[in-house]
Amino acid sequence: MLLTDSLATFGRYCIFLRRIFALPERWGVFGRRTIAEVAKLGIDSIPLVLIISLFIGAVITIQMQLNIASPLIPSYSVGLATRDIVLLEFSNSILCLILAGKVGSNIASEIGTMRVTEQIDALEIMGVNSANYLVLPKIVAFVAFMPVLVILCMGTSLVGGWLVAVVTDLITVSRYVYGLQAFFQEWYVWYALIKSLVFAFIITTTASFYGYTVKGGALDVGKASTNGVVSSSIFILLFDVILTKLLLQ
Amino acid sequence: MIEVRQLVKSFDGRTVLHGVDACFETGKTNLIIGQSGSGKTVLMKSLVGLLQPDSGEILFDGRNLLAMNREEIASLRKEIGMLFQGSALFDSETVLGNVMFPLIMFTRMSRGEMRDRAMFCLERVNLTGAENKYPSEISGGMQKRVAIARAIALNPRYLFCDEPNSGLDPKTSILIDELLSDITHEYGITTVINTHDMNSVLGIGENIIFINKGYREWVGDMSKIYNTTNEALNNFVFATHLFQEVREYVAEHGTIEQRKK
Repeated sequence: MLLTDSLATFGRYCIFLRRIFALPERWGVFGRRTIAEVAKLGIDSIPLVLIISLFIGAVITIQMQLNIASPLIPSYSVGLATRDIVLLEFSNSILCLILAGKVGSNIASEIGTMRVTEQIDALEIMGVNSANYLVLPKIVAFVAFMPVLVILCMGTSLVGGWLVAVVTDLITVSRYVYGLQAFFQEWYVWYALIKSLVFAFIITTTASFYGYTVKGGALDVGKASTNGVVSSSIFILLFDVILTKLLLQ
Repeated sequence: MIEVRQLVKSFDGRTVLHGVDACFETGKTNLIIGQSGSGKTVLMKSLVGLLQPDSGEILFDGRNLLAMNREEIASLRKEIGMLFQGSALFDSETVLGNVMFPLIMFTRMSRGEMRDRAMFCLERVNLTGAENKYPSEISGGMQKRVAIARAIALNPRYLFCDEPNSGLDPKTSILIDELLSDITHEYGITTVINTHDMNSVLGIGENIIFINKGYREWVGDMSKIYNTTNEALNNFVFATHLFQEVREYVAEHGTIEQRKK
């Protein structure tokens, strides 16, 4: 029963995607909506990304110093480990899990409210492909802006670690900076960016799907929002495993 | 004209519409009436293509909606205006933005022409001066009028209204009814109104279709409704003392219009 329900939901999700990926009826309208979504989903997320990245970067550095402090391990390893943790997991997977909460709930509740107040029906009656009109700009905007958020997250996290080195005597600044530069692999940055693009797609389409298919009233919009965030998070974790296997081996 | 032939619709094995036949005439206010749960909303949603009936035909001036492909349906929908129960205005757009929306999506007009057309529609529904307000800043009655302005922006051939008076005070309800009736006659639109407001039935009902338990039970106009022998319709329309007295008055003195004179 659970399997058939899941398959049916996945089928509806695929049909939904097919409706989204059609040519926009008016490119001008699509462009304006996409710019508005960049502001709403992307630029509005920058403060959250900066705050979280700064503190998590600082915490990773402290944790590294406290846990790997040993005469056998070079002190620059703290910077190196901080950098690799940030590049490999935090700036993409963990960041996207956090953004799934903020952006996913925003999308699901916005589209869900439009559904229960018949605004989506109004679009359909007018002959507008509502899935394409409402969702495609969100996908394009968030996927396009995600690399900016990831790069900001990487930079701010490393600054957080650097601040720990400056403010405390856990590690010297020069050792920390040396560690950041040691054995750097450029591919890790590309790996983070590729993963984040997939996760951005998952967040926008999953949340939109739950909002678009909501039935009922305000309570159901709340449930759809929760389901959207939970499902996005699960799919992010699942694809994290798959992409890590594919891209790092 | 819209013709409905033998329309059947079921949900999870429960039949809601049992072979409904109906004819909605051009240039007239066609009312679908019936108790809550009688199937009139299902009929309305089937007419506009939001629900897929199990069988039957829905002919828009001879074109069968149920035999159309996606492109043909999209094309037909450009000839349809709809007023939703809750107005369904776009929260993120101003009043002017809402009325301009169909023009932006489906015409090649310049920005100025679109604005002029939208302002004309807003004037037609007596709503000038509110164009820069958002839907949340105006009253329910004004929202309905904006929705009517949006519905007529593209000069539709067919206008559907789902309970246009719900949530409105009696005076505003009458204004909305009169507006819908005027627009119908002025532009020669086929207007279909889904209602259980008896003021609308006795005020603007030129062609009334009574749906009861999923069956089309009665068809006629507002003058015939006073003399109907259909028990279900009598129980529905003349359920209150006020409307019973209206019927007695009409039986005694002729029509309500004579009293007005």
